[in-house]
Amino acid sequence: MEVPLALLIGLLTGVATWLMLSRNLIRLLLGFAVLGNAVNLLIFTAGRLTRDVPPLVPLDAEAIEGAFANPLPQALVLTAIVIGFGLLAFALVLAWQAYVRLGTIRTDEMREAEPPGEVKP
Amino acid sequence: MSGWYAAAPLIVAMTTAAATTLAHAMPRTQRALSLAGAFALLAASIALMDAVWRGGMIVVQSSNWDAPFGITLAVDTFGAVMTLIAAITGAACLIFAIPEIEERHRRAWFHPLSHVLLLGVCGAFITGDLFNLYVWFEVMLIASFGLMTIGGTKAQTDGAVKYVALNLVATLLFLLAVGLIYGMTGTLNYADLSRTIPNVGNTGVLTASAMLLMAAFGMKAAVFPLFFWLPAAYHTPLVSVSAVFAGLLTKVGVYALMRAFTLLFTHDVGWTHEILLWVSGLTMITGVLGAAAQSEMRRILSWHIISQIGYMVMGLALYTPLAIVGSVFYLVHHIIVKANLFLIAGVAARLTGSMELKKIGGLYQSAPLLGVLFFIPAFSLAGFPPLSGFWAKLILVRAALEGREWWIAAAALVTGLLTIYSMTKIWGEAFWKPHPEGGEAAAPLAAAPAAMLAPIVTLAAMTIVIGLFAQPFWIVAERAAAEMLDPTVYAAAVLGGLP
Repeated sequence: MEVPLALLIGLLTGVATWLMLSRNLIRLLLGFAVLGNAVNLLIFTAGRLTRDVPPLVPLDAEAIEGAFANPLPQALVLTAIVIGFGLLAFALVLAWQAYVRLGTIRTDEMREAEPPGEVKP
Repeated sequence: MSGWYAAAPLIVAMTTAAATTLAHAMPRTQRALSLAGAFALLAASIALMDAVWRGGMIVVQSSNWDAPFGITLAVDTFGAVMTLIAAITGAACLIFAIPEIEERHRRAWFHPLSHVLLLGVCGAFITGDLFNLYVWFEVMLIASFGLMTIGGTKAQTDGAVKYVALNLVATLLFLLAVGLIYGMTGTLNYADLSRTIPNVGNTGVLTASAMLLMAAFGMKAAVFPLFFWLPAAYHTPLVSVSAVFAGLLTKVGVYALMRAFTLLFTHDVGWTHEILLWVSGLTMITGVLGAAAQSEMRRILSWHIISQIGYMVMGLALYTPLAIVGSVFYLVHHIIVKANLFLIAGVAARLTGSMELKKIGGLYQSAPLLGVLFFIPAFSLAGFPPLSGFWAKLILVRAALEGREWWIAAAALVTGLLTIYSMTKIWGEAFWKPHPEGGEAAAPLAAAPAAMLAPIVTLAAMTIVIGLFAQPFWIVAERAAAEMLDPTVYAAAVLGGLP
């Protein structure tokens, strides 16, 4: 299972890079979302893919016997998904605000903070 | 029991953030809570520094889940120093903010966001786990996004877009590196990593993850060539916000770099630290040249942040005991000086009506005392004796000469010289030359609220104290450096007797 997932991660990363190189802010943010998923899959895959029982101790036992699935990557991915969701939500609102206030979503036309053609001292 | 010292700054900052959120409808209560929280954080971090200094490293295993399985808080001297300096900067900027922020800024959640920011910064300094560092970075980042856009001017929106976009990329690079490191070692605890990384067979992937982390932290720290978000954004928000950003945020990136490349990735110093050395030299030079081309006070100062980051990374890159001492000393000196310069620029703009050097002048005539207050951090930044920056630069240049890295020593000295050029430009334009025709003359210093001057005077006094009585600060920095260069001590403190 690792090889197809690795290929998928590579594909997603490639797509995301292409999207993020765009001057269109919305494409950049879509790229961010795709790259976030690629990274989450990578963490998941890095934790090794196994077909084992869930890491739950049975009621009448002290410990799990035999092999069990590694729960840590899932916890990490879950955290990363939540954080990525929050960041993306903020970034989308910011993009909307940029469109309302600056009248553009093209990053090369956003020159308010660093106006071009300033006179050098 | 000593564990509470490490947890206290986080508990205080989180409680204050929650309390100020609840008091949002009551402006006076919210302000009082916010200030009380800032001073409580200061007290907690002083107690932490004291405890670490007396009793050595403090380690907390939350809920008694032993490392490397639980969430570990681990504070050594370096972490305690950084927490203390963060609390000082936070308190200074929040006091400055009282007269600066208006009701609409307060309504945009200024106080809760400020404390969440401090929570994230302190958390990054206190944590002992790479994934938790990522989480604290995000706490800090989302709060900084909110703070950056308070006010909502066009320039702020524009600056925020670039700041947010590049920081999102840095975040994902960081997470990518975390995933790869976890895949190789099966752990993310700093102490456990420092023991397992030397045994990883696949050094190629290891170095690749180290490079990813370097890029991610480097982007946060604004080193060459990843710094473009900083000069695009730092001159746009409120003065108190930009001062706390200038003082703290990039330094969290430097802190993370120093942790990663002293504690974790020392398997190939000849390769990783050589790259850091080149990066540091180029950062210094491009930063200071960028500053020379600007004519707006906060934009000049923003470029100087970049140039100064170069010095801190230089100490890490040289990787000798003396050089690491220099980096720690430089961090402490720089945070105080840089936050203070932003605050002074804010007062200067308040007295003259603009940050743009062409539109202002005559400050020395109307407010000579502000000139003195500017002089102290400005010339400390440039490295004049006997101010704090002199010692910081002296240690680093000496470490470079001892390491026979002549060109980096030369770059450091030339950068210092060019820094003087920028500082004298601000001095000459804002203070010395008469106010341009047509505008109103600069107001006297009495027109600035006392709450704005108090933090400036305090920070300037600290700059002088560090300069005149450098010895105690040197001793602290020396101990921090000694701990950093011996990762086995850190690992033993966290993991105890585990193999």
